[in-house]
Amino acid sequence: MLRYIVRRVLVAIPLLIVASILTFALTTAMGDPLAEWKTLRARTPAEVTSEYHRIGWDRSPPERYLDWAGGFVKGDWGATISPGSGTLDVRGEIGRALGVTLQLVIVAEVLALLIGMAVGALGAVRQYSWFDYGATGAAFVMFSMPLFCVAVILKFGGIQLNNWLESLGLGRWIITAGPPQGGFSGGFGQLLYEYSGAFILPVLSLIAIQFALFSRYQRASMLDALNADYVRTARAKGLSSGRVVIRHALRNGLIPVVTVFALDLSLLIGGAVITETVFGWRGMGALIVDAITKREPWMVQGWMMVTAIVIIAFNLIADLVYAYLDPRIRLG
Amino acid sequence: MVDISSPPTAAGAGFADSQARAEWRTVLRRFLRHRAAVAGFAMFVLLLLFAFVGPFVWTASLDAGGTAKVAPSPGHPFGTDRIGHDMLASVISGTRLSLQIALVVALVATVLGVVLGAVSGYLRGWVDGVISRVIDLMLCIPALVVTAVLARHSFTLAPSAQNASNWLTVALILALFTSWFPIARTMRGMVLSLREKEFVEAARALGASTSRIVFRHILPNTVDVIIVNATVTVAQAVLLESALSFIGLGVHRPDASLGLLINENKNELATLPWLFWFPFVFIVLISLSVNFMGDGLRDAFDPRQKRVRA
Repeated sequence: MLRYIVRRVLVAIPLLIVASILTFALTTAMGDPLAEWKTLRARTPAEVTSEYHRIGWDRSPPERYLDWAGGFVKGDWGATISPGSGTLDVRGEIGRALGVTLQLVIVAEVLALLIGMAVGALGAVRQYSWFDYGATGAAFVMFSMPLFCVAVILKFGGIQLNNWLESLGLGRWIITAGPPQGGFSGGFGQLLYEYSGAFILPVLSLIAIQFALFSRYQRASMLDALNADYVRTARAKGLSSGRVVIRHALRNGLIPVVTVFALDLSLLIGGAVITETVFGWRGMGALIVDAITKREPWMVQGWMMVTAIVIIAFNLIADLVYAYLDPRIRLG
Repeated sequence: MVDISSPPTAAGAGFADSQARAEWRTVLRRFLRHRAAVAGFAMFVLLLLFAFVGPFVWTASLDAGGTAKVAPSPGHPFGTDRIGHDMLASVISGTRLSLQIALVVALVATVLGVVLGAVSGYLRGWVDGVISRVIDLMLCIPALVVTAVLARHSFTLAPSAQNASNWLTVALILALFTSWFPIARTMRGMVLSLREKEFVEAARALGASTSRIVFRHILPNTVDVIIVNATVTVAQAVLLESALSFIGLGVHRPDASLGLLINENKNELATLPWLFWFPFVFIVLISLSVNFMGDGLRDAFDPRQKRVRA
């Protein structure tokens, strides 16, 4: 087991190096970070030269890459370079943004997994029932809806709800400007009110896409389990049908789904980009959209590295969990 | 030597031919019995007609400058937007563009995925190593972000005369950087197991060339998976393109994709709701119809599936 983990980590290192080179090529291809600054007003040649020197663009791309890579390994991930707006430390910014996004993604993912598993398993047990058709239909519609539309519609609904609550004399509950900032003022009820108001819409939007995926996977793997020989044996033994479904089929039917979420992490990250854009969260999504729009090479670079590491780590965890849950699988 | 060339071979070929036709007929029959899939197919044909024949029927100009903010009415069935674009013309053009992008993506990604997956599964060795590592690499970088970075490079700067129309670029970027590796992975797995099968060994023993083995013996056995994957890719490409246009890094005017239309009108949901709902409904219809077809095809191809769902 330990040998397997060590080997996977070692294999990931060249992958990350190649990924960083590819990302560097991509960010270099984004173009001149000073293009907009130069068109803002006429600049003297001396100004232009000193500005390019300030951001290090008077050196060749390979030099810039090696410089960045050396710093990255030591923990210095560079800073933003856009002229005029001061410099921000890339690592600090990413750390802050990652915290914001993780709050959102973890809550949404856990809920989506629970709901998806429950609905999928129930749909399989009652195959071809109205519940199954309803759940399948809902999953298909959600699969087919672009996430940003779901988010925009939910935001609109939230505003309507707020107006209605206000007309009843209760304040505006739904917040569409990021997570609550303040510390722990007020009682538990107040805190719950604030957090639920901020989380409900973005979490619902992320659940909408993930739920469809999880419930379909769960349904398929539960059907496989229900048709397996060991379930027939259990039934033949005369066990009650509840016991067969829960102890024999469900426990095995849960295994594949536990690992699906890691495989679609990249989809989820794309989803978070959209959700944060719509609901005004200053997380990883907003950070990368901003960095791309402003052509911040080091910010994009740092962001891609962190994301790649997270994805590789989750894939490894998924494989380990899978092997743990299903002893027939041998790692090696 | 006994001459085995003429009569028996002809009979054998005829037999195989009728077998093959019977299989396709079974698949077709199963597909036609899948009501949701047939509805999806009909819907998809209607959408194609709407997108490609529509412009000849509804000849309103795509340009801004008409009366602004008209609610849906006989003169403008889908209304007009803030600066006087006729929405029906915009939605027709948007649907066409979204479909074009999706079909190009599905075609390029499927060909690329099938060829690379089959090559890597059949040849194994260092070729497989290289292709598999490239896929690993692509999988650890979020697709939406890669496409956004590329889009930033190629065309979001003020649209100049040379890149007035950019939908093909968007489609190719999506195909090359996001859509082919799931297909390649699946293909590789299938070819890895098929190449060990007895009929492949038999073909090799008979002296069939590598290309004949791959194209005549292995690929036909993966057709079902390829077709189902291709439909899924179409649906995903529609959604991904619209997401890209939504964050402002995809298609831009004069091209109008459905995602772009929604992006332009997302703040009008309270005041001019039709500007949001029409493009939204068309995105959902495209993606839903393709997903239903894919589901029907999967069931139709799966011989283990005995009962065909309604």
